[in-house]
Amino acid sequence: MSAHLVAEISIFVLAVFVGFAVISRVPTILHTPLMSGSNAIHGVILVGAMLITATAHGALQLAIGVVAVVLATINVVGGYVVTDRMLEMFKSRQPPGSRRP
Amino acid sequence: MIPSPAYALIYLAAAVLFILGLSQLSSPRHARRGNLIAALGMLVAFAATLPLLHRTELNLGLIALGVVVGAPIGAWAARAVRMTAMPQMVATFNGVGGGAAALVSTVEFLRAPAGGAALTLSLPVVFSVVIGAVSFSGSGVAYAKLQELMRGTPITYRGQQAVNGGVALAIVALAVLLVVTGVGGAALLGLLLLALVLGVAFVLPIGGADMPVVISLLNAFTGLAVAGDGFVVNSPVLIIGGTLVGASGTLLTKMMSDAMGRSLGNVLFGAFGQVVAGSAGPVGAEGRSVRSGSAEDIGTLLAYAQRVVIVPGYGLAVAQAQHVAKELADALEQRGVTVEYAIHPVAGRMPGHMNVLLAEANVPYDQLKEMDAINDSFKTTDVALVVGANDVVNPAARNSPGSPIYGMPILNVDEAHQIVFLKRSMRPGFAGIDNELLYDPKTVMLFGDAKASLTKLVGAVKAA
Repeated sequence: MSAHLVAEISIFVLAVFVGFAVISRVPTILHTPLMSGSNAIHGVILVGAMLITATAHGALQLAIGVVAVVLATINVVGGYVVTDRMLEMFKSRQPPGSRRP
Repeated sequence: MIPSPAYALIYLAAAVLFILGLSQLSSPRHARRGNLIAALGMLVAFAATLPLLHRTELNLGLIALGVVVGAPIGAWAARAVRMTAMPQMVATFNGVGGGAAALVSTVEFLRAPAGGAALTLSLPVVFSVVIGAVSFSGSGVAYAKLQELMRGTPITYRGQQAVNGGVALAIVALAVLLVVTGVGGAALLGLLLLALVLGVAFVLPIGGADMPVVISLLNAFTGLAVAGDGFVVNSPVLIIGGTLVGASGTLLTKMMSDAMGRSLGNVLFGAFGQVVAGSAGPVGAEGRSVRSGSAEDIGTLLAYAQRVVIVPGYGLAVAQAQHVAKELADALEQRGVTVEYAIHPVAGRMPGHMNVLLAEANVPYDQLKEMDAINDSFKTTDVALVVGANDVVNPAARNSPGSPIYGMPILNVDEAHQIVFLKRSMRPGFAGIDNELLYDPKTVMLFGDAKASLTKLVGAVKAA
């Protein structure tokens, strides 16, 4: 087992604990935006999709790679936009007439 | 493809931004900023990746094409979706992410050296392909059920468990073969297809009411598949981003099933809501009748109350009635009536969904009361106005151990002096269970579409 793999496994295990710790403090009312916001974060798979497409050989690998890029882009762009739309509405008392168009 | 130390540090910065963003989501005031911080982290990660892509112009062009095609689709869908359809939208974005995760591993395996992939490659590849594909097709079924493109109730058939078990076994066998040998492009595609089938088969027997729990679970699945891809392409930022979602999604899934008073196993394998208890006719199972009132009577009742609690449910959301509900609350407040909203944790279709819908209607945050905060005050409430909610106020959850929803925490609407139900019909709620409270002598029904009924009530209150 290489030192590199050990480092990756360490990162993985620590990230599990961080993931639990960060989420346990979120109030119920924000669970929907949270689910949506974390959904956008796994859109980081676009990094992986770009990396494999850049080094893909042949039509099959390229085709699969491009489909992966498209899907990942939909995930990341849609995820952040929709979460922002939801959170934009979470305002406390606001002056009348300031509703967004 | 191991990035140089400089790039590794930039990726680390991106990962830190993800964590900061998620932690800022913990308060309504900071949540939006949190999402923007996470989005900034994503931009940093993408920017750091661009210089690493030094292959031919064809490949780069295709990547650009993929982004140019995908970005407007995602942005358009996210802008166009109605707030009521939010759970389906999250399911869709999650599903495509899972699909991407499965495909990334597929390509990496297809171009493994002729001698076969090493165990450290084939193991995460197989993991990501299976989990990602299950998430993809499972999210598709969840979307179809919530969008009502297919029957929302559990779909079961004889021998279903055996069929699902068979598919799962075939996946395990194929996975072991692939991991041990490290070769077999066709076998991997077969594995991908089988996992797609399993995703469909896994979600079919789950009822629409439980779909949010399933979407949350599949969200965690996609996260884990992305983390697996991180091991495949040696990218720590994928491992961190994916694992954060995997861990938080698992916790959120557990919180959601807890809010329904049920175990996750029961949600996933219980085929809940399959049997409709009692009859769904205009008269209850035991031939009891209900009392229905006119909008004028109920408007007067509300106008002369001191304290009114509005209990919004999914019916309010589908009727797009949240704005009229706010109008009614404003009209009542002008007359000096105290108005509050009681929000059940699973009101709407996802935890927090109802808060989003009411926030959209500019209902001030401090009027929204969570279940634990308001439950004791129903005793001193003159009128509880239940708009399109049913299961979350059903006393069967407290009183009848035989009921499928027994044990679910509910709003103590039955303790209010008067109860008004706005309902389309006597049809039972999403869980398919008759509600005792509808036949209570202190209950008045106002039948019709929630929006139309609320509009009539606004007029009646103003006239009273």
